[in-house]
Amino acid sequence: MAETSLTDESAAPAAVLPARAVRAGDRAGAWRSRRYRWDLRWSPYAFVAPFFLFFAAFGLFPLLYTGWAALHQVELTDPDTMRWVGARNFTRLLSDEFFWNALRNTVTIGLLSTVPQLLIALGLAHLLNYRLRGSAFFRVAVLTPYATSVAAATLVFVLLFGRDHGMVNWVLGLAGFDAVDWQNGTFASQLAVSTIVIWRWTGYNALIYLAAMQAVPHELYESAELDGASRFRQFLHVTVPSLRPTILFTCVVSTIGATQLFGEPLLFNGGAGATGGSDHQFQTLGLYLYEQGWVNLHLGRASAIAWAMFLILVLVGGLARLLRGRGEGR
Amino acid sequence: MRARTGPGTALRTSLAAALGAALLLAGCASDPEGPEDRGTAGGKGKTTLTVGVFGAFGLKEAGLYDEYMAANPGVVIKQTSIERNENYYPQLLTHLGAGSGLADIQAVEVNNIAEITATQADKLVDLGTAPGVDRSAFLPWKWAQGTARDGRTVGLGTDVGPQGICYRKDLFAAAGLPTDRAAVGALWAGDWKRYLEVGRQYRAKAGAGKPFVDSASGVMAAVTGSSARRFYDADGKVVYKSNPAVRSAFDLAAAFATGGLSAKLQQFTPGWDQGFANGGFATVSCPAWMLGYIQDKAGPAGRDKWDVAQAPRPSNWGGSFLVVPKAGRHSAEAAKLAAWLTAPAQQARLFEKRGSFPSAQAAYALPAVSGAKHAYFGGAPIGEIFAKAAQGVPVQTVGPKDLVIAQNLADVGMLQVDQKGRTPEQGWQAAVKAIDNALDQ
Repeated sequence: MAETSLTDESAAPAAVLPARAVRAGDRAGAWRSRRYRWDLRWSPYAFVAPFFLFFAAFGLFPLLYTGWAALHQVELTDPDTMRWVGARNFTRLLSDEFFWNALRNTVTIGLLSTVPQLLIALGLAHLLNYRLRGSAFFRVAVLTPYATSVAAATLVFVLLFGRDHGMVNWVLGLAGFDAVDWQNGTFASQLAVSTIVIWRWTGYNALIYLAAMQAVPHELYESAELDGASRFRQFLHVTVPSLRPTILFTCVVSTIGATQLFGEPLLFNGGAGATGGSDHQFQTLGLYLYEQGWVNLHLGRASAIAWAMFLILVLVGGLARLLRGRGEGR
Repeated sequence: MRARTGPGTALRTSLAAALGAALLLAGCASDPEGPEDRGTAGGKGKTTLTVGVFGAFGLKEAGLYDEYMAANPGVVIKQTSIERNENYYPQLLTHLGAGSGLADIQAVEVNNIAEITATQADKLVDLGTAPGVDRSAFLPWKWAQGTARDGRTVGLGTDVGPQGICYRKDLFAAAGLPTDRAAVGALWAGDWKRYLEVGRQYRAKAGAGKPFVDSASGVMAAVTGSSARRFYDADGKVVYKSNPAVRSAFDLAAAFATGGLSAKLQQFTPGWDQGFANGGFATVSCPAWMLGYIQDKAGPAGRDKWDVAQAPRPSNWGGSFLVVPKAGRHSAEAAKLAAWLTAPAQQARLFEKRGSFPSAQAAYALPAVSGAKHAYFGGAPIGEIFAKAAQGVPVQTVGPKDLVIAQNLADVGMLQVDQKGRTPEQGWQAAVKAIDNALDQ
């Protein structure tokens, strides 16, 4: 379908078609015009179909299957045997202290990483937006952490945050502070995990902000400067308002990323499993899901956690929309 | 107790990047490479056998495949490997469930073997009756672990993890303790409590900043490894909570932590690795397969400093099995290969080249084992030391969820006592809570 459409009569404007078909009167013409209409109508679907087919196979099906599995008791040792348990896998989450702990950790680590990350990214982008010597170099440089694999980055951070021989504690020692046990402290470990996230994603967000900044009309800055606005005031009153949609976008993406946080806390444990520390102090929802599914082999329970995460995201999205709607209505 | 990935354990974290990809690739790519697709297409009428392993398993590295192929020109052996057992094992389960994507021979770690014999035995070939398998060649307890309840032996033992105590001669000398391995072994022979006593003596002499052991969890693993009943009773019921052997092992190990004898490290983490290099602790309970790891981590600086003595009581930690899935196209040939790979002569070769200690006791008399000395550990007669330990280990009752129980006892319960300064009772309660949650389907 797609090929014929392009070769046949792609130049004919749609509005002319019916008239021409009547005038010609022959069957071939009618057929051709009908085919042309269909083409015009259905080709776009054919073009987008591959994505949706793939999505159905690798996105929608797993999503639905996970939902189905969440209503059963399924073990990885025998995935074909499913025992119906209704909503038990969900209701038990309500009293599952490990789940609530993971949710709490996810929120804290999410806030600890997302807020500073976006603020730093905004500042960095503002600096990069100036006329700089070797600006291309700096722009590539801020993106390099993003190009580093989670595993490699986390491994280095595990060494940096080591209790006995870590560089962070060494520096703290030089400054006269006591050594911090970065693995075991609840806040300390969450801060350390957040640091990895911040380090990896700040540059990426900075480049997105930078791209948006470059689309801000230069006249706005010129007139602000004529009005005597300092660079900081320009940033506050010209740049930030122009960036609102972009900031919203990065917030959404970062929130999704924070909810699904997995690799950093897993590897921060130094290869000691998915517990997220001896007290589960940095076990995120993603990590708890993994532990239930792939360590404890309870696929049904893991599926329920996956759906709970999805529902939480939907809830957060809904709340954000509601708040924004109110904010704009005022 | 902990998943043993041989010398590859060192790479557990550092290779995680490749592993994420490997898991994906293995999931997608290994299927078409499976036996059912390739079958006999691997050459001019040749049979291609695939072996699926985790970590640097050693069979290939020791040259055993090459030797078998040279002796059997009609056979081609290919190996697929996934670095970490925790990624390998769930995939093995899914493949067994689906009946596809399986290699002709699959490796299974000892902590998973009970679950395999309990839930997957009907999908595996009975190797107990396979030609070339000699039951009497194996350690009785190793044979028992690979045998399902119906009496079919679906897993053939490769290696075992008899333990010794690795110790630093220089630190012992500085604390006024003997350094000769026989005298050191005699210090604590017979009872793990005496090991604790020696630790207290060491601390009294060496001072508070000089830990005696690497971690309390390591002690716990060693102590639980020497009792016949651990987490399950003979009927397959979970009894870790009420089993006095487990609780006393927990309390004894916790005494190392509360008594200031532990370096408060977590095994197989970067801090632990650094401890070997920096002389951060004086002793560590070491299964045979850990010697190479210690040598790697302690490096040239540790040469002539480490030695290995007999543990207080015979104890086992780790080891593996080979199983043959029925779904494989060449299960008969695969069973033959598995029998050959686990025969005494080949296990002795594996020990000689890789340090994996044979589970075939018939190999202990072979010169490659009985005469083995480890140059890095002061020329210690490791063949003799570990053979003695291996033969003294009681037949241990293994259970399907051994790994989960052991991991939570170590990484939640004992770690809280060791690193967070919780009381042993608090640590125990936390572990029980985590284990109960993990076992609840």
